[in-house]
Amino acid sequence: MTSQTDPSAGSDITVPDELQNNVVITNIAKVLDPVYNWGRRNSVWPMVFGLACCAIEMICTAASRYDLARFGMEVFRATPRQSDLMIISGTVTKKMVPTIVRLYNQMPEPRYVMSMGACASGGGPFKEGYNVVDGIDKFLPVDVYVPGCPPTPQALINGLIALQEKIGQQSIATVPWYSKQGDEFTGAVPIPVLGPDLVDLRQIDIIREEAAKAETNDTAVEETAESAMPEAA
Amino acid sequence: MSEMTLDAPEDEGAVTVNDNPVESAIARLKERFPDAVSDDPRDGYEGVIVDADKLIEVSEALRDDLGFEYLSSVTGVDLIDDGKLEVVYHVYNIEEGGSAVVMKAQTDRDNASLPSLVSVWPGADFQEREVWDMYGVHFEGHPDLRRILLWDGFKGHPLRKDWQEPFFEEEHKPFGSRWPGGSVARIEDSNPFGKNVQYPEGWLPTGDEYDVEIDMYPHEPAHREDESTRMVTDKVTVNMGPQHPSTHGVFRMVVELDGETVVSLKPVMGYLHRNHEKIGERNTFIQNIPYTDRLDYLSSMGNNLGYVLTIEKLLGSEVTERAEWIRILMAELTRIANHLWALGFLINDLGALQTPMLYFYLERELILDFFEAASGARLLCNYMRFGGVAYDLPDKVRETDTMTFLHDLIYENIPNVLDQGENLFVGNEIVRTRSIGVGVLTREDAIAYSAAGPVLRASGVQYDVRRAEPYSYYDKLDFDIPVRYNGDVYDRLLIRMDEMRQSLRILEQVLPHLKETEGMPVIGGKPQYAIRMPKAGEAYGRVENPKGELGYYVTAKRRDANPQRYHVRAPSFINLTALGKMCEGHKVADVVVILGSIDIVLGEVDR
Ligand code: SF4
Repeated sequence: MTSQTDPSAGSDITVPDELQNNVVITNIAKVLDPVYNWGRRNSVWPMVFGLACCAIEMICTAASRYDLARFGMEVFRATPRQSDLMIISGTVTKKMVPTIVRLYNQMPEPRYVMSMGACASGGGPFKEGYNVVDGIDKFLPVDVYVPGCPPTPQALINGLIALQEKIGQQSIATVPWYSKQGDEFTGAVPIPVLGPDLVDLRQIDIIREEAAKAETNDTAVEETAESAMPEAA
Repeated sequence: MSEMTLDAPEDEGAVTVNDNPVESAIARLKERFPDAVSDDPRDGYEGVIVDADKLIEVSEALRDDLGFEYLSSVTGVDLIDDGKLEVVYHVYNIEEGGSAVVMKAQTDRDNASLPSLVSVWPGADFQEREVWDMYGVHFEGHPDLRRILLWDGFKGHPLRKDWQEPFFEEEHKPFGSRWPGGSVARIEDSNPFGKNVQYPEGWLPTGDEYDVEIDMYPHEPAHREDESTRMVTDKVTVNMGPQHPSTHGVFRMVVELDGETVVSLKPVMGYLHRNHEKIGERNTFIQNIPYTDRLDYLSSMGNNLGYVLTIEKLLGSEVTERAEWIRILMAELTRIANHLWALGFLINDLGALQTPMLYFYLERELILDFFEAASGARLLCNYMRFGGVAYDLPDKVRETDTMTFLHDLIYENIPNVLDQGENLFVGNEIVRTRSIGVGVLTREDAIAYSAAGPVLRASGVQYDVRRAEPYSYYDKLDFDIPVRYNGDVYDRLLIRMDEMRQSLRILEQVLPHLKETEGMPVIGGKPQYAIRMPKAGEAYGRVENPKGELGYYVTAKRRDANPQRYHVRAPSFINLTALGKMCEGHKVADVVVILGSIDIVLGEVDR
């Protein structure tokens, strides 16, 4: 590049004839996004994180026949600190979800979540179960949903390509994790706790309301009983 | 049995000699405990009801004097109409094979309590914890009675019939809003939280919720040994899992270490508890078939087979000849696919990361292709039906004629990969040093801990349901039950190799029958969707799944379309009972290998 890299400079600069083939003058934002995205898109490192039956198909996808390495994704990391992508591959249970949220919080941004299979997307066949979370999107922001029970390796690869396209369209200028205020999905998600049932700490207000309702119901019943008594008397 | 019996019936003459070992054992028990043991009076039920006070004595007599030394399954049943809870025990005779002595003990629903049988059969440990978790039966004398699948602090015991989950719609399927016709009201709209949760009335979080983990770790500060003779070190508690690459899913172990040596190991499970049994009791009989796929998701065909056999017992339905052969074909291919996977992972756990695994998976993919062509799904096949199988074999697999494909698979591809595996791993020095003498489970322990499948057979017990209580056409086939005697990781690796060879032998015999029966029906009668039980009763069906004995315990009322009780005896779950024992005294790195050698699948452990 020439020494003048000021993006506002535009085409005012005269490039000497002998350098015509070696110099491109452009706007930095136009260059940076594609280069940056190209790099990230083609080396997405998923986390080794199997939950249930879908994980078996995930492993098959990584194995030689379907060969995820073709997409630069073969580097499965066992630690969240080194991974970009969390594939939620299976049923999310209430007992497990605090761990999943904690793992998500430990991943460095930019990070992506893929919901693989019916269970992770909405509870699937086990939706009504008392220990089942009906979809990981109740807790984490999901980027790509892959349908299926289990999705075939082809479907998973399709989902990963969709994720690559999504990454390819992002711009450093607008993605939430580089902006000052972020959005609702940046930063840590409060880790749910296990009480008599799973407690989502973001729902404390609704829980309070419901608890108060139960109390007013009780007092209301008592009051009506009391007010009814003198009338009857 | 004769040499194990203390009071042989011939000497006494009081009991009629009976050829059926189960009946004669029951007669003997009744004679010895006339007040405590009585026949189950209900129609369609088998076995005996034992008085709670005498339960331990009766069990000891059964184990020591009558040779029924293998406790296979323990489960609870809610008899809500009688206000009672029942615990059902299935006990087998390992030497002689045959069916089970079924013992039942009953207790009141309120303050339910029974004596624990852990002192008689250590294998009852986790199963009793499960019954406590699900039904709230308190087992007196249990060493560590905590919840096992749910967490401490969870409200209620969910398998009780009057316990309803947050997304409860109706007692039984099919739900009125969906069938026939109807418009679906989304269940989450009626829940104020928009999530699958419910709290006790008036409940507010207090902060105590954070303490649910406390029981997992040893309370006392590390105990110190004799300070004069050895260096004083504190013990360290290390938590492995639930997100750990070696645990084959979401399994967790709390390991207490002295240096690098394991002092004690506690498995923690339930991270994949998907309420299989509660959902199964709402489902109609046929709706449960796809759910069984998701138990041991590496061998879905085997799970299907166990379930349909059990329901066929209740229904009394006939299976066509071709269907039986196809079932055996599928079950044995499943065994090979599962063992290929298990060995790949075991080698992976030994430190040979990934590459050896890929060798095994290529051939497994061929089997999956065949499953996909036959059933429409690679992994979770949902293929068997009551009275047969869903579809006949396909004409073509991967553009090849099916019979040619199978022939190549059985005579070429799989034997080749087995030879290759044998060359690469069996004599391999690293594999040998890391696995010989590691994680030893003695014969006595294996039986006491109710281990099943390859784990049991690697410890010198030649027990296989296919021979002990043959189902389908296994009694017509010629094959051996491989057995090895050291009970260590290496033997468990080898026995899987042996089993695959035997499966190939079976498959070679099945192929001609498939040719012969071509064109014959694959399902008996006409396919039924809404099945109603012709009579009330219970059934326990079991098959030799790749992981071990897979049993289904189902009870039903007459004319019902849904099971009353639906329980799965999961081999992976029960095999884990012995994990702590196997790991004691080994290094922490061996824990990973020992776990790999048991070959668990979390879908089945947690259900
Ligand atoms: S979506 Fe299906 S295959 Fe995937 S975890 Fe759920 S039940 Fe298993």
